[in-house]
Amino acid sequence: MRGALILSMRILAREWRSGELAVLSLALLVAVSALTGVGFAVDRIDHAMRLQASEVLGADLRLGSANAINERYAAEAERVGVSSARVTSTISVVLKGDATQLTNVNAVNTGYPLRGRVRVSNVPFGPPEFTDEIPGPGEIWPDSRLLSTLDGQVGDLLTVGAREFRVTRVLISRPDQGSGFVDLSPTLLMNEADLASTELIQPGSRARYSALFSGGQAQMKKFGIWLWNNKGPGDRLGDIAEASAEVNRASSRASRFLMLASLASVLLCAVAIALTARRYVQRHLDLAALLKTLGASRAAVLVVSLGQLACIALIATALGGLFGFLAQKWLLLALRGLIEVELPAADWRPLGLGFVAALMLLVGFALPPLVQLSRVPAMRVLRKDVGPPRMATILAYGPAVATVALLIFWVISGGWLAFWFFVALLIATLVLTMAGLLLVWIASHLRSGAGFSWRFGVANLARRRADSVVQIVALGLGLSVLLLLAIIRGDLVDDWRNQLPQTAPNYFFVNIPPEKKGAFEEFLATRGGKVTRILPMIRGRMIEINGVPITELVKTNPRAEGFGQREQNLTWSDQMGAGNTITAGKWFSAEDAGQPLVSVATEYQESLGLKLGDKLKFDIAGETIEASVSSFRLVKWDSMQPNFFLMFPPGLLEGTVGTYMASAQFRPTDPGSIAQLVRQFPSVSVFDMDDLLAQIRSIIDKAVLAVQSVFIGTLLAGVVVLLAAVQATRDERRYESAMLRTLGASRRTVLTGVLAEFALIGLFAGVIAAAVASLGGFLLATRVLEIPYHPNVTLWFTGAGVGALLVCVAGYLATRSVLSQPPLATLRSG
Amino acid sequence: MDRKIVLKAQELSKQVSSPEGELTIVDNVSLEIAAGETVALVGASGAGKSTLLAMLAGLDVPTSGHIWLDGQDLTTLDEDARARLRADRVGFVFQAFHLVPSLTALENVMLPLELSGRRDARDIARAMLKRVGLGSRSGHYPRQLSGGEQQRVALARASVVRPAVLFADEPTGNLDTVTGANICQLLFDLNAESQTTLVLVTHERHLAERCGRILTMTAGRID
Repeated sequence: MRGALILSMRILAREWRSGELAVLSLALLVAVSALTGVGFAVDRIDHAMRLQASEVLGADLRLGSANAINERYAAEAERVGVSSARVTSTISVVLKGDATQLTNVNAVNTGYPLRGRVRVSNVPFGPPEFTDEIPGPGEIWPDSRLLSTLDGQVGDLLTVGAREFRVTRVLISRPDQGSGFVDLSPTLLMNEADLASTELIQPGSRARYSALFSGGQAQMKKFGIWLWNNKGPGDRLGDIAEASAEVNRASSRASRFLMLASLASVLLCAVAIALTARRYVQRHLDLAALLKTLGASRAAVLVVSLGQLACIALIATALGGLFGFLAQKWLLLALRGLIEVELPAADWRPLGLGFVAALMLLVGFALPPLVQLSRVPAMRVLRKDVGPPRMATILAYGPAVATVALLIFWVISGGWLAFWFFVALLIATLVLTMAGLLLVWIASHLRSGAGFSWRFGVANLARRRADSVVQIVALGLGLSVLLLLAIIRGDLVDDWRNQLPQTAPNYFFVNIPPEKKGAFEEFLATRGGKVTRILPMIRGRMIEINGVPITELVKTNPRAEGFGQREQNLTWSDQMGAGNTITAGKWFSAEDAGQPLVSVATEYQESLGLKLGDKLKFDIAGETIEASVSSFRLVKWDSMQPNFFLMFPPGLLEGTVGTYMASAQFRPTDPGSIAQLVRQFPSVSVFDMDDLLAQIRSIIDKAVLAVQSVFIGTLLAGVVVLLAAVQATRDERRYESAMLRTLGASRRTVLTGVLAEFALIGLFAGVIAAAVASLGGFLLATRVLEIPYHPNVTLWFTGAGVGALLVCVAGYLATRSVLSQPPLATLRSG
Repeated sequence: MDRKIVLKAQELSKQVSSPEGELTIVDNVSLEIAAGETVALVGASGAGKSTLLAMLAGLDVPTSGHIWLDGQDLTTLDEDARARLRADRVGFVFQAFHLVPSLTALENVMLPLELSGRRDARDIARAMLKRVGLGSRSGHYPRQLSGGEQQRVALARASVVRPAVLFADEPTGNLDTVTGANICQLLFDLNAESQTTLVLVTHERHLAERCGRILTMTAGRID
C-alpha cells in the first residue's frame, strides 16, 4: 500500500503540473469557497443586520412591564456581563406659562440607548447631530413637536409634574421610537434621577417600565434564557424579530437567497466533479490495467486514485476555506460604510463545514467512478476494448443522489422545502435527460441536406450518444440554476427596492379633525407635499363575537387577549389600499355601502379563530355596532402605508365622531414648515419616518449587496461546469479532428463541425434550462421567498442564446489548441 | 537433466459471446514450459495467440481448463491473488510499450518495485536503466523518448523484478527493423543473464527462430 501511495503522489504531482486535474480542483475549490464564504458572510452579515436591527429596539432584548422592573434582572445581567439600562414612560401634561401639552415623558438612566444613538438639535426640526449623552439632572430634551406646540426654545423652563426643568437640547429622534402609532403624544427625555422629584409616579398611576439589555452573542443567549425563565407574570419580552418587520423580512429573505445560492454553487460544482471524475476514469483506465498487470491489487489501484483525490480535496479545502474567508472579509469591507455596528469575530465552523462538504462531494460523485476504475481488468493492456464491468445502477448513482439529498437537507435545514427542492432537482435532471435523448434522436435524422461540417457535427452528437446526453444534462442544470438565480435575484432586489421606493411616504399625520381636513391637505400641497392616502380613523373596542362577550372568550383563548381587549383604530373605505390581499370572502362592492360588514386582517382572524359571516359587536364612542365578517385580508404591514386590522364599508360609521390619518411625501424646503403645521393644526400628531426609512434602506442595501456578491460566486461555479462539460469529450474530439485533418479536411471545416455540435448542445440545454428556470423561479418566488414573480419571455431567448454562445466559445477555446497541433502529434499521443 | 516446469496449461479453452453466437478463441490447449526455456507463439492474426498469452500470465481467465504458474493453479486464485503472483513472478513487455506517461523513465522502472514495497527501488531501477543503455535519460518522460528508447524502458521495467516468466506481446511490432533488431537482442541478452523463462508472441519469423521452441497457433489450437 505504501508503494501505491507513493505512486499516487508521484502521478498527482505530474498531473498537477500538466494541468490534468485543474477543472476538478477548480470545481472543489469553488464549492468549498462558496460554502465557507457564504457560511462566513451569512453568519456575520446576519449578525450585522441583527445588531443594526437592534437599534430599532434600542437594545438586543427589551423587557416591558406595567410594574417597576425587578432589580434582580439588572443584577443578573451584570453578573453575566450584559449591559442594561432603564426607561420609565408615563403620560403627563407639560406646561410653559399658560401653554399645555399632553406629553409622553421618558425617564432614562445612563447607558440609554444600548443600541443605536439619540439625535438632538438646538432648534425644533433643526439639523440633527448624534449624542451619546442623556439629559443631565434638572434638564429635559423635549422633541420638536412639543417645543413648537409650547412655542418654546432651548434655554426655556418647562414644568413637568411638580418641578421645573431647563430645556438644554431638542430631541430629534431616538432609536426605539418605533414605527407604530402607540406614542401619539409628543415626547420628552429626562434623567431618571429626576423622576421622583416630578412626583409623576404615584401608586396607581399609569406608567410603563422597560429594561434594556445588550451584550455579546453568547452572553445574550444565556441571559435571554435566564430572563425568559425568571421574568414575572406581567413582564413582556421583545426582541428584534418584532421590533421591525421590514428588517426581519429583508434579513430572512437575504438568508434564504444566500442559502439557495450557496447550495446552487455546490450542486453546480457537484455536476462538474461528476464530469471530471468521469473523464479522470476514462483517462486512467490504461494506467489501472497496467498497474494490475504489474501486480497491483484492486485496493492498491483504488489507493492510487483515492490518494490523489484526497490530496486534491485537502488542498482545495485549505485554499477554498482561505478564499471563502477572504471573500467574506472583502464583502464586509465593502459593507463597512453601511454597517455601523461592531461585528463579532468570524466563527470558524464554516471552514469545517466546507471540508465536510468537499468530502461528501468527492465520495458521492467521484468515489463510484473510482471504484469502477479499480475494477478494470488487467486484460485491457492487450485489448483496448475491454473496460470495467458495468456497475449496479444503485451503486453508480446512489451515492450521488444520497449526497445531493444530504447537502440539500443540511443547507436548507430539512423540512418540506428541502424535500421539494430535492424532488424538483430530480425532475429537472429527468427532463434534461429526456431532452438529451430527444436531441440525439433528432440529430440522427438530421444528417442529410447540409454541408459536411454540419453533418459531421450532428453525426457526432448521435454517435457520442451517452456523452451528448451527459453534456446536455450538465449544461442544462448549470444554465437552469444560473437563470433561476438571475430571475430570483432580480425579483428579490426589485421587491426590496419597491418595498421602500424613494417616493414612499415619509410623514404620517394622525388626529386630523374632519373640519380641518381640507385646510390640512392644502397646507401640505402649497409647500410641495403630497398626501398619498388619507383615511378616517375612530377608536373602538370589540365587545362580542357571535353573542359571546370577549371577556368570556379570553378565558379559553389567551391569544385573543391582545386583539380582543384593547381599543382599536377603525376605519372605513371603499378602497382596500396597497399591500392588502383578500384571502377569503370579497372586498366591499358599491352595494355594500352602509351595510353592517367588516373586513378583518388575518392576524385577527387567526388569534380569535374567526370565520366568514361571524358577527362582531363593537363599542364605538358609546354606540354599539354589530357587523358580520365579509372578508379576510393579508396585510403587508411593512408597506409604509396606513393600514388597519378592521375596515368597514363607507356609510356605516360616518355618524360617529372621528379624525383622519394621512400618509404623505413631504420634503419641505423651509425647515420651519413642520413647526408651522404643528402650530396651525395643534391636534395633529406628526410622525417623521425619514429616520426609520433610512435605517431600513441601509439594511436592505446590505442584503442586496450580499445577494449580488454571492450570485457572482454562483456564476463562477457555472463557468466551472461549462469547462468540465466541454473538457469531458476533449480527448476524443482531439483524435477525431486529427483523423479528419489527416484525411484532408481543412482546419475551418473541422472547427465548423465542432462548433455545430457545441451550438446544438448549448441551444438545447439553454431552451430546457429556460423552461426549468421559469417554473423553478415561479415556485421559489411565490412559495419560498414570498415575492411577486414576473414572467420573463426574454429569458427563453437568453437561455438558448447564452447557452449556445457560451458552449461554443468554451468549445472553441478547448479545441483550438487541438486544431493547431500537427495531426501526427495528436495521433501518436492518442 | 529434467528442468522444472514453470508454466503448465491443461485443456485450456476460452469462449466469448458474439452477435453470431458463442466464439471459441482458444480451443483445448495443453502445454508445458520449463524454467529458462524461450518459447515463441506464432500464428496468423486472430489465431488466439494474445488471448492464450493473457491467460498464461493470469491477465484473463479461461472458460475451462487449468493453468499452473510456478506451481500455483491460476484458475483457483481471485483477481488480487493473481495480481500478487504477477508482481512476484511475472514480467511483461507490450507492443505499445504501455509506459505511464506521467512518470519519468526511472519512475516507470521503479513502478513494479514500489508496488512490491521495495525501499531500494530507486537504486535497483537506476542500475537497470543503465543496463539497457538509458542511464543518462532516466529523468525523461516517455513522450521525450523515441519508440526504441521507450521499449528499452519497458524491457527494464519487466526485468527489474527478476521474474520467473517474462511475457512479451509483439515487442518489436511498433518499431522499425533496425531498432526492432536491437530491442530483440537486448531482450534475449537480459533473458540469458537472468535465466528467465521467455514466452513471446510475434509475427516475425526471425524473432521466433531465436527462441528454443516455436508453438504455432491456428484457429485457437496449437498445431
